[in-house]
Amino acid sequence: MAHAARQLNRAGLGLLALAPVGFLAVFFAWPVVAILRRGFRAGLLTSLTDDETWRLAGFTVGQAAASTVLAVLAGMPVAYVLARVRLPGAGLVRTLVLVPFVLPTVVVGLAFRALWPDGGLAAIVLANAFFNVAVVARTVAGLWAHLDVRAEEAARALGASWWRAFRSVTLPALLPAITSSAAVVFLFCATSFGVVLILGGARYRTLETEIYLRTENLLDLTGAAALSLVQITAVLAALAVGALARGRRETASRLRARVETARRPSGGEWWVVGAAAAVLGLLFTPVVALLLRASPAGFRALSGTGNNGTLQVSGWAAAMNSLRTATDATLLALIIGISASVLVATLRRAPGRVSHGLAETMDGALMLPLGVSAVTIGFGYLITLDALPGDLRTSPLLVPLAQALVIIPMVVRMVLPVLRSVDERLRQAAATLGASPPRVWREVDLPLSLRSVVAAAGFGYVVALGEFGATSFLARPQAPTLPVAIASLIARPGALNNQMAYAACAMLMLVTVAAVAVIDRLGAGRIGEF
Amino acid sequence: MALSVHGVTVRYGQFTAVREVGMEIADGEVLALLGPSGSGKSTLLRAIAGLERLAAGSVRWDGADLAGVPVHRRGFGLMFQDGQLFPHHDVAGNISFGLRMRGVKAPERVRGLLELVGLSGYEGRRVTELSGGEAQRVALARALAPEPRLLLLDEPLSDLDAGMREQLAVDLAEVLRNAKITALLVTHDQEEAFTLADRVAVVLAGEIRQVGGVREVWRHPVDEPVAAFFGVTTFLDGTASGGVVRCDLGEAPLEVPDGRVRLGLRPAALRLSAHGVPGEVVSRVHRRDHLRLRARTSLSTVDAVAPVDAEVGPGDSVHLALDPGGIAVVGRR
Repeated sequence: MAHAARQLNRAGLGLLALAPVGFLAVFFAWPVVAILRRGFRAGLLTSLTDDETWRLAGFTVGQAAASTVLAVLAGMPVAYVLARVRLPGAGLVRTLVLVPFVLPTVVVGLAFRALWPDGGLAAIVLANAFFNVAVVARTVAGLWAHLDVRAEEAARALGASWWRAFRSVTLPALLPAITSSAAVVFLFCATSFGVVLILGGARYRTLETEIYLRTENLLDLTGAAALSLVQITAVLAALAVGALARGRRETASRLRARVETARRPSGGEWWVVGAAAAVLGLLFTPVVALLLRASPAGFRALSGTGNNGTLQVSGWAAAMNSLRTATDATLLALIIGISASVLVATLRRAPGRVSHGLAETMDGALMLPLGVSAVTIGFGYLITLDALPGDLRTSPLLVPLAQALVIIPMVVRMVLPVLRSVDERLRQAAATLGASPPRVWREVDLPLSLRSVVAAAGFGYVVALGEFGATSFLARPQAPTLPVAIASLIARPGALNNQMAYAACAMLMLVTVAAVAVIDRLGAGRIGEF
Repeated sequence: MALSVHGVTVRYGQFTAVREVGMEIADGEVLALLGPSGSGKSTLLRAIAGLERLAAGSVRWDGADLAGVPVHRRGFGLMFQDGQLFPHHDVAGNISFGLRMRGVKAPERVRGLLELVGLSGYEGRRVTELSGGEAQRVALARALAPEPRLLLLDEPLSDLDAGMREQLAVDLAEVLRNAKITALLVTHDQEEAFTLADRVAVVLAGEIRQVGGVREVWRHPVDEPVAAFFGVTTFLDGTASGGVVRCDLGEAPLEVPDGRVRLGLRPAALRLSAHGVPGEVVSRVHRRDHLRLRARTSLSTVDAVAPVDAEVGPGDSVHLALDPGGIAVVGRR
């Protein structure tokens, strides 16, 4: 009977695995592998020996590295404030710092163009860093807030200066969070698309924008595939570094309540607070600059289609389409992301090395879409999905599918840690009180992780709303999303187009800020990794 | 027998946490699994609850093998050391959890249980606002609510501070006795075991070494490791005749059959006295109601006790006399 029960359990797990594994196989692995094969088959050698390829790769890595360093430097003082400072408004900082991260890339690109009309390398690096300060700040703060202050106090009592104690005690303890967030930021910057496309113009191109240009404008599919291959290889290496760091962090420390460690700053600590304030001020300069440019005329123009019908539909129609698409993508990502999280959490709890290994593999595989460029995925869809019945390439579900793929890793990173932090004995208590295994999930795990699920939904929604890379590839001209419409608007000269674009940006920004405020009110970001 | 356990073995990889354990609990009886931390007693309790896989052996209830019965169908209540209350439910929600799982709604039962554990009126409290003692009382009420056929208590008092522990131990004993609850208690604390249990099973290194009444295991530990766990610090041989035992450290009245005996001395078995074995005090520590001494005799260094107001210190010459209250007779009978 026990044997039968275990069999049933295994069958249940298999069923649970079907959705995420099937989805990842069909909508991620297949398109990406198809791209890779195309790259291997034809243009790879010529592309690899082409100086242009290496120049592009060099620039991609170089700008990503510079942006990452900048984001880490700017993120650290903010992380300190989030983790260790009890001041009025610290909670507000938590929310505000997240705003740039979830802003649509097109909006950020446009904001920086408003400040630096000529664009250029500095603007690209600044914009990429701007985007990712929140990732560093919140990831590092997450660990920092839970570090035991007493280790630092012990160092001070042994005669270390404030700086020395930080350098020799706190910094090493924070290193896993710093490296893992830096790896993620590097990925984001290396595959950053909208920002580079808008600010780089024809002069500054990365692998990502080049893949796009070759496919869309030059129809050089094999060259694009070869470039994708180069990019994926680089990204996998960065991802491996991040996974290593994360593994160390999860074994590192038990969570402590945040209130224990936060206090009013004193003496030299005020300098750090000042630095954080400066970072925040700089973060909001582009946002404010952009908002200032949104005029009532622009909002009125949203009901039209721009100069000489730049768009095929009105601005409002694009906005509605954005909302619809983001909703579909979010629902899809929640279904896949949550079943995957439950699967990984269950496998981790089960005894035995096999299930543990499966859990690790699954965990890693779920992060892959984060690293493979959205443009590559969009491109992959174009060359594979016609093989499926009912040609998905013309379906309105195509864009949500691609967006869901971008959100799923984030859903998993927010929900899985919470699921895993549920004390096993709490579940056992429920079991001894008569709750069957599915009932335990419903009565214990679900209520305890509900907040993180809601937060992940809000977060995913905002990211889907702003997603540009894959969407610009896949959205049909008669059904653009708002970011795609904005990109089309600024690509064509005309005062009306500009006004419309800025108004649309302001609108996206307001939706984003509202969503972030709700997410943080739920307080679930405290446990997840973003 | 209500619960019977035969040849139960639990392994974690290569490590055998519980080795071929057998024991029984009668209806309405409270049995304590007593042993030092890491002895495997909690693992055994979890195996009985159905939370650990058995490598061998069986757990039966009224003769029926429970191997195929999952945790949630065993009808065994479990109370953890740290409560493990559901943070997303209030006190009433926690207590009624087991009832809800059976499809029963019974607010009056929740009220009755709260009264039983001395927390009347606590229904709407958040569990995060409870003190440690209150939380354990709620955990007890929660475990009792579905009327489990066996109550498993895993170090239920260990996380509480001393005063609270004593109070709750007395209350818990009363609840268990009055309701005639069949219970298995895991503890490392002898006093806790003696307060709550009818019988004690001593667990050392994953094996049950002795089962017996509370007085029985205290006075007659089966071997030296068990005796050492019960506070015996000195072992020596002696002879008994006519209700008196004699050994190198003196003699004392003790009801044992005539012949050779192995004696185990707790510190209280040797008292500061006007006559007796001579010795020299090596060290002295104040305890709550007595002085604990280390003293060097011609035979060995031994533990002894003295009244709290005794004027002795290191280097002093003293005499030590045997006190039968601190002597255990070691070995199987």
